[in-house]
Amino acid sequence: MNLHTHDKVEIDKPSKVLILGSGALKIGEAGEFDYSGSQAIKALREEGIRTVLVNPNIATIQTSEDLADEVYFLPVNPHFVERVIERERPDGLLLSFGGQTALNCGVELDELGILEKYNVRVLGTPLDTIRTTEDRHLFAEVLRSINMDTPRSRACEDLESALEAAEEISFPVMVRSAFSLGGKGSGIARNDKELTEMASNALATVPQILVEEYLEGWKEVEYEVVRDAMNNCITVCNMENIDALGIHTGESIVVAPSQTLSDHDYHRLRSVSIRLIQHLGVVGECNVQFALHPHKDEYRIIEVNARLSRSSALASKATGYPLAFVAAKLALGYSLIDVPNSITQVTASCFEPALDYCVIKMPRWDLKKFRRVSTSLGSEMKSVGEVMAIGRGFEEAMQKACRMLGVGAHGLVSARDHFEEENLEELLVVPTEERIFAIGEALRKGWSVDRIHQLTHITPWFIERVGEVVRCQQEIRKFDLASLSEELLRRAKELGFSDNQISRAVRRETPIEPGYAASLEVRDRREELGIRPVVKQIDTLAAEYPAQTNFLYMTYNGSEDDVVAKDPAPYVVLGGGAYRIGSSVEFDWCAVNAVQALSRSGHRTVMINYNPETVSTDYDSCDRLYFEELTLERVLDIFERENSQGVVISVGGQIPNQLAVPLGNRGVKVLGTKVEDIDRAENREKFSSLLDDLGIDQPEWRELTSVDDARSFAENCGYPVLIRPSYVLSGAAMSVAHSDAEMESYLKAAADVSREHPVVVSKFIAGAKEIEWDGVAQDGKVICYAISEHVENAGVHSGDATMVFPSQRLYLETSRRIKKISRLIAEALNITGPYNIQFIARDNHIKVIECNLRASRSFPFVSKILKENFIDYAIRSMLGEKVDPPAKSAFEFDFVGVKAPQFSFSRLKGADPLLGVEMASTGEVACLGDQVEEAYLKALLSVGFSIPEKGILLTTGKIEDKVDFLESARKLQQLDIPVYATKGTHDFLKENDIETRVLKMPMRDEEFEAGSDAMDAIEAIEKGLIDLVINIPRSLERNDLTSGYLVRRKTVDYGIGLLTNIQAANLFVDALWKIRDTDELLVKPWREYC
Amino acid sequence: MGDPTLNHHDTHPAVRDVASDSRSVKAILELEDGVRFEGKAFGALKSISGEVVFATGLVGYPESLTDPSYRGQLLTLTYPLAGNYGVPERDPNNPIQDGFESSRIQAQALIVQRLSQDYSHWKSSQSLSDWLASEGVPGIEGVDVRALTRHLRQFGTIKGRLLLEGSDNREQVLSEPCHDPGSYNVVAEVSCSEPILHSCGKDGAPRVVLVDCGAKTSIIRCLHARGADVLQVPWNHDFVAEKADAVLLSNGPGDPKMTGDTIEMVRRALAEDRPLMGICLGNQLLSLAAGFDTYKLDFGHRGQNQPCYEVGSRRCYVTSQNHGYAVDGEKAPAGWQEWYRNANDGSNEGVRHSSKPFFSVQFHPEANPGPRDAEGLFDLLLEFAR
Repeated sequence: MNLHTHDKVEIDKPSKVLILGSGALKIGEAGEFDYSGSQAIKALREEGIRTVLVNPNIATIQTSEDLADEVYFLPVNPHFVERVIERERPDGLLLSFGGQTALNCGVELDELGILEKYNVRVLGTPLDTIRTTEDRHLFAEVLRSINMDTPRSRACEDLESALEAAEEISFPVMVRSAFSLGGKGSGIARNDKELTEMASNALATVPQILVEEYLEGWKEVEYEVVRDAMNNCITVCNMENIDALGIHTGESIVVAPSQTLSDHDYHRLRSVSIRLIQHLGVVGECNVQFALHPHKDEYRIIEVNARLSRSSALASKATGYPLAFVAAKLALGYSLIDVPNSITQVTASCFEPALDYCVIKMPRWDLKKFRRVSTSLGSEMKSVGEVMAIGRGFEEAMQKACRMLGVGAHGLVSARDHFEEENLEELLVVPTEERIFAIGEALRKGWSVDRIHQLTHITPWFIERVGEVVRCQQEIRKFDLASLSEELLRRAKELGFSDNQISRAVRRETPIEPGYAASLEVRDRREELGIRPVVKQIDTLAAEYPAQTNFLYMTYNGSEDDVVAKDPAPYVVLGGGAYRIGSSVEFDWCAVNAVQALSRSGHRTVMINYNPETVSTDYDSCDRLYFEELTLERVLDIFERENSQGVVISVGGQIPNQLAVPLGNRGVKVLGTKVEDIDRAENREKFSSLLDDLGIDQPEWRELTSVDDARSFAENCGYPVLIRPSYVLSGAAMSVAHSDAEMESYLKAAADVSREHPVVVSKFIAGAKEIEWDGVAQDGKVICYAISEHVENAGVHSGDATMVFPSQRLYLETSRRIKKISRLIAEALNITGPYNIQFIARDNHIKVIECNLRASRSFPFVSKILKENFIDYAIRSMLGEKVDPPAKSAFEFDFVGVKAPQFSFSRLKGADPLLGVEMASTGEVACLGDQVEEAYLKALLSVGFSIPEKGILLTTGKIEDKVDFLESARKLQQLDIPVYATKGTHDFLKENDIETRVLKMPMRDEEFEAGSDAMDAIEAIEKGLIDLVINIPRSLERNDLTSGYLVRRKTVDYGIGLLTNIQAANLFVDALWKIRDTDELLVKPWREYC
Repeated sequence: MGDPTLNHHDTHPAVRDVASDSRSVKAILELEDGVRFEGKAFGALKSISGEVVFATGLVGYPESLTDPSYRGQLLTLTYPLAGNYGVPERDPNNPIQDGFESSRIQAQALIVQRLSQDYSHWKSSQSLSDWLASEGVPGIEGVDVRALTRHLRQFGTIKGRLLLEGSDNREQVLSEPCHDPGSYNVVAEVSCSEPILHSCGKDGAPRVVLVDCGAKTSIIRCLHARGADVLQVPWNHDFVAEKADAVLLSNGPGDPKMTGDTIEMVRRALAEDRPLMGICLGNQLLSLAAGFDTYKLDFGHRGQNQPCYEVGSRRCYVTSQNHGYAVDGEKAPAGWQEWYRNANDGSNEGVRHSSKPFFSVQFHPEANPGPRDAEGLFDLLLEFAR
């Protein structure tokens, strides 16, 4: 595969390689590892090497049937991986494609002697190098030995030495923990008290922390470095954090390439990173983070990640350089000049991409979904996803990125004031997700760039760019649309203003109507003036060589299109956008499969998406990739430019789904179910009357415009009720109220209820089972379907629920009715394509609570269990092909799949780890088993639970739950594990002849007589006596600080398994009871489950 | 053709500065084949013509603009944002100041997509636009530089005019043929006029004679950093007669075959044993003197990201380059061999003598702008020199 080197390359290739995935998506470890793992598998397959993958994340592309030769949906930990090695006997192991999870597992496997025992060779970066980069003390020593500057620091193994170190270095100091992901357990301590708290928390989960010099106000710069075994080195790109040092790079707004570094700065740091990586001996890819002094020629090396990372996924998408693919080839022993550049096909991989555009990454947070969480940003990651925007102007890219976040921003500046002037200073000083918007507002209020720089430490050049946008907006405000000059309109577009944003900025007599009409007016005016965006290619070489690339973006800073529409007319698939709570890698699986299905049917495909951590944005996933916004404006631009014959809106989750109606109204052909019918399902009013017509039951609901109306409705139908305001001021969008008082406090404090912002109140049915239907229909006839059940009763968001498929405990009658209802709805809405219905059932009485005419989160799960690709069926149905239903039926299965949620509460300081009607999980896994208990146990082990050995702490809440748990408590008693219980639970169990050790709850001393020697629950956790907490709260919707909250939080902070749902707790105990020996958790590849 | 000896930049008494004009000034870039780009002017308010070229580096506009290799050329930056980090203050007492490659802007004009009037960098004291104005160099922003680059790469180089509305010499530039740096010995224009000794300040330092065909000052800095004195001599100076431990043939603008006098002297140098190294144009001069041939590349190399590997090995360096001609490495004269090759297109990137300490490279080991991966070549030269 060499290019011009002429000599034949001989390498010692392994024959079978084991690849470790990263498991569920979590904060700090997200979709980027699906991209990197998939690329690695492709790179190995091309070499004829057999691949074995361990990854319990069933929604990923890398676990598709046609990628790895064997897939194990098992926890990525030494126990299971050893058994996979024993079975598969691989001779090679790739650790750098599955994030910190894979790396940690690899290090442990090595330390346990397992790799040596089975003669498995670690490919790529050697383990010793990994250990050096992971151990901060060792790392600092290495840096010093080669005269590289690093922050002054001391490694500490206890609190005392941490305090000493801080005195030596002087406050404020940075506290970091070794072996962590996403900066977990790190922060800035300004005094002894803060340090004590931080250090104790960190030392509870890791053996060592680092106390170091805090570089306030320094710039943060990163380099992505690639090295091969011949010692050739390149840096694929550098990136400059717009936020100064102190905010984790995953939490920072980042621009590539750097904008305010001179050639001296850029290449000095580049040379240092190369020298460092050569010294460390990395083979493959790694990331070097620097601090750069803003006023002096000084730098510090912050850290090296000797593996593919979130930044490397970003760098790969930002430059078009297939980093993960190349890294896999280098791990096999190839050199950089042996691997062709798969983008250009004509040049080598040994080069550094030249960008002729600028790229901005913005993190996507979802902190509003959590109760009690701290919203300030710092050295720990909290974001759940990210967006990447490309432009030929900084402002253009920045404004795109703001819109891509999907948080309601129309761009960098909005039409109205969002912040009070007196709050602005704090908003600038304390970084939160609002800060970038606060900068715009401060500029508009006349604050100087210098003042903002002093408060934020953000380099003035970036603040000036925001100012550019603010000034343009102020200029637009002077005109109405008709009098807006061509020059100003063009300038606005060059600065990244959307039509929508312009429509809101122009002067108008009457307030703007909701909907798309106003922005379409701007569009029409623009087209009249001939102001249109151009299409540009990302070719890695800034047009220096001709390159056939399909990686595209649009810009107003240009006059010529790089590509033109091609025949045959393509189909456009809309991707899912930023990963966030509720929309994640599962929609990427759907989008990628949609493109593949279209292509199998012989069509050309165009993908639109802007999430750098996805496979759908890989250059080889479709015929043309637009790294672009999923807005009406941009989708229309692309649709028109590509002469597309239709758009698929139903595989990318809610963002594309919401575009169905406006696109249809503008004459775009929307594939599948008719737009009017989508509207009938989306519009609550219309859907409700449709259900009434069909005789299908639904919970009572009403849309109301005052708190009084809401209260009287609730009184009529009876509490509890579910409240969904249309305008939320703070906190979660949905809530359950059990009383007038709760309803009032929620509606008054958190939401605005008025004629403009109605609230939907519906009857909340407690104690019901929740069931999901995933189906595909064609012309109203069901082609395929899957019925899964939730382990948790209704009330837990379906994204947080544990799902069992095929359903195991449903009455036949219930199943039959669900099928009947689902068929009726398909027929009534004349559905063609994917759809999902959520039901609740109590005593065979079934109500529909939700219906979406799009692929759901569980499509990959049910597709992979059934080994029937629902997206493939959906696409073929939408194309009008004759589609035969699958021959298999779920009833014939002698195995079961369990999908379990992954929570990231430990990363969200202060958040109450309770489940409720708002989704809180950041990812999911699914495991297979011969029975539900086996699959469930594997799934929980995959999301970080361990089998309890030390002690179990019980608090079982309400009396109904206490009774419900009684059987489980008996089982626990026989398991030979110490069982602790809090007072109420202890007393109840005692009455039922079950002995437990009583523990005090914090703030509840009154439950005990003075002088009682009962230990405190918090203390028991801190002492390491507990390794499982079952804490069933009395109420789900309490916001106040309770003793239960303190225990739950402590549990999460100590990385201990926590169950807060009674049904899940019962199933877990059942599983522990039935499966006494972990060897009963079978290590079987996916292929053998059929 | 204009007067080749006229120095465009030294005297510009009548030239106004665009920034002093309150409204934006329209500028048009017109290529000789009729292709036009419209934009806004910045820098000096004057029209100009020359060869239109591009550079794909992400950073380093002060270095590129002062690189004598861009003499007579209108420089296009493919990275669309220019001026972000401003321009450092010029130190009049330091002729080899870091951040600049010669004493003044060498390019005829600058072509960019978006210009930043404000800048952020602790070393900078003026905006890119003000710097250009102060040196009498015009610029144009708002050009689709990617479209321009795609056009240029097909022609290698093409001449063009930058016409500024309201500039005094607009009509003159329009009526005259385009300035063509390839049509005369442009090296004479950028070379120093008499020998200059740059001492590194150390006793007993080896001395390198630097034949200045338009040398970048980084070459001097690189040699200084390694403890060598540099004697910079004019392109037509008899360097063979100079007392020195090694010879370095510098980079420079134009067609190598225009510098016949230098080639002749190199031939004489090759008859001796004194270490001799060539960079870029120096590589072509040395190769021609040794008996290699040169030819025009289909696609010139104009970036900071060019991979070059050592022939016979798999060691590869990322290098900074700016050239449209290459040495034909396949037909090596007796005693010579190909040394480096470009991993993208296989073209020759350096030659060396089989037994004598003569070697040269097409790329720029002195970097600035660009990666410093090949700086070790200066160590090699000094090893031979010592």
